[in-house]
Amino acid sequence: MPHHDLQSPLPGTFYRRPSPDAPAFKEVGSAVKEGDVVALIEVMKQFSEVCADVSGTVAAFLVEDAEPVEPGQVLLRIETA
Amino acid sequence: MSRTFDTLLVANRGEIAVRVIRAARELGLKTVAVHSEADAGSLAVQMAHSAVSIGPAAAAKSYLNIEALMKAAHSSGAGAVHPGYGFLSENAAFAEAVEAAGLVFVGPTPDAIRTMGDKAAARAAAVRAGVPTVPGSADVVDSLEEAVHIARGIGYPVMIKASAGGGGRGIRMAHDETELRQQMATAQAEAKAAFGSGAVYLERFIRRARHIEVQVLGDGRDVVHCFERECSLQRRRQKVWEEAPSAAISPATRQALCESALKLARAVAYRGAGTLEYLYDDETREFFFIEMNTRIQVEHPVTEMVTGIDLVREMILIALGEPLRLKQGDIALRGAAIEVRINAENAAKNFMPCPGQVGALRIPGGPGVRFDTMLFAGCKVPPYYDSLVGKLIVHDESRPAALARMRAALAELHIEGIHTTAALHRRLVDHDDVIAGRFDTGSLETWLSESPL
Repeated sequence: MPHHDLQSPLPGTFYRRPSPDAPAFKEVGSAVKEGDVVALIEVMKQFSEVCADVSGTVAAFLVEDAEPVEPGQVLLRIETA
Repeated sequence: MSRTFDTLLVANRGEIAVRVIRAARELGLKTVAVHSEADAGSLAVQMAHSAVSIGPAAAAKSYLNIEALMKAAHSSGAGAVHPGYGFLSENAAFAEAVEAAGLVFVGPTPDAIRTMGDKAAARAAAVRAGVPTVPGSADVVDSLEEAVHIARGIGYPVMIKASAGGGGRGIRMAHDETELRQQMATAQAEAKAAFGSGAVYLERFIRRARHIEVQVLGDGRDVVHCFERECSLQRRRQKVWEEAPSAAISPATRQALCESALKLARAVAYRGAGTLEYLYDDETREFFFIEMNTRIQVEHPVTEMVTGIDLVREMILIALGEPLRLKQGDIALRGAAIEVRINAENAAKNFMPCPGQVGALRIPGGPGVRFDTMLFAGCKVPPYYDSLVGKLIVHDESRPAALARMRAALAELHIEGIHTTAALHRRLVDHDDVIAGRFDTGSLETWLSESPL
């Protein structure tokens, strides 16, 4: 399967949901369209949205919710076909 | 002399951890720094007598983890805990856990944190003490119809504020009844999601308000005030520039303001360092109590500069059980002080957070210049916490002299490797309205939208 790795643009903390009680933006198997918000990165108490840069299906999350991430680190894998 | 404790654990990070360690060391206390995995090499860790790791980088798992902090207190033999600001500093459950373990919490009682930390309860306490408050609902507003009725009495625009909110979070604005009807349920839901409590109250929105606050120190029996600070220059409701005294108020207003703060702090038999925040209406010259911060504040140094009092030392002495050493008559205002917050943010890119590794560092010096920071050459500024990396404070005989001193100090300050808000302050210090002291809490955002950096 062709796939695409979505990388973190920033250093910070990775969040899969908009707020602690809300459902996750995407689950494994969810369809994604280019531009969909798939995660948040918190940098110094400011939240940046991470958007999918391709369309497809979420194959895997490579980072756990609320874990620290580095720039360039792969956050999730998207199957593109 | 036997003391109630000889080891102080600092339950915080960054520049305030460094500040508390310094004060404790001067008093002959042993210090314990706690740190997350991201802060293992921090200045506070280097300076403290011992250091304990309390968990991973995320604050929720380390600096906000009461269990991990209590474990660190036990394993390090600490007899007291200083919470700093932010994190658990205004968390009554944490203060309770510290006291339940037989340790001393350097701050007020859990009850005082609960009463004065809850905005609606603090407001009710102020009303009982005869301290003026912003026209608004006397208590938590539950129903929409009640809100509509009360708002008619207050006059629009009104703010819907989360009772458990703070730091500018949990506030919604309604310009008329239609908006109030739209916003009320959302505000309650947001308050519930963000703060765990859906309680909200209403308050009149004052168009041109200055933020003026009074520093108090109490020992649980007596309270003194250390005059006011003005913190009107704010961006996104975060203070960026603070000064003491306020250039906007007359000596008579100053006296009335500080006496009202004393009245309220005495009414709750306040213990420790605290700050009563007020809005000041430039046009009517009225002041209104808005909330109390039951902790040391970021901007405490400007008060230290104009009064000569080491507030953190006094906090610790009070925690050691010593009666207040200061009498009101001994506390005098001398000259003027200004503090600017140096944040790791790129002011030219809409204040985008800018963590990273610091290269070379040149710290300003000379008479009346102070730089409170956790930075050192080569240190890492992690992305997980607040962006404050330093506070540049100057003191001189008058406000114009302090402005000149700040201008010179900012020219000296040089931090390589990260962007900072020093660029903003270099502009502010030359701004005509700043020089004239002509600003309110909305001014900075207006200036920035008119001419971005």
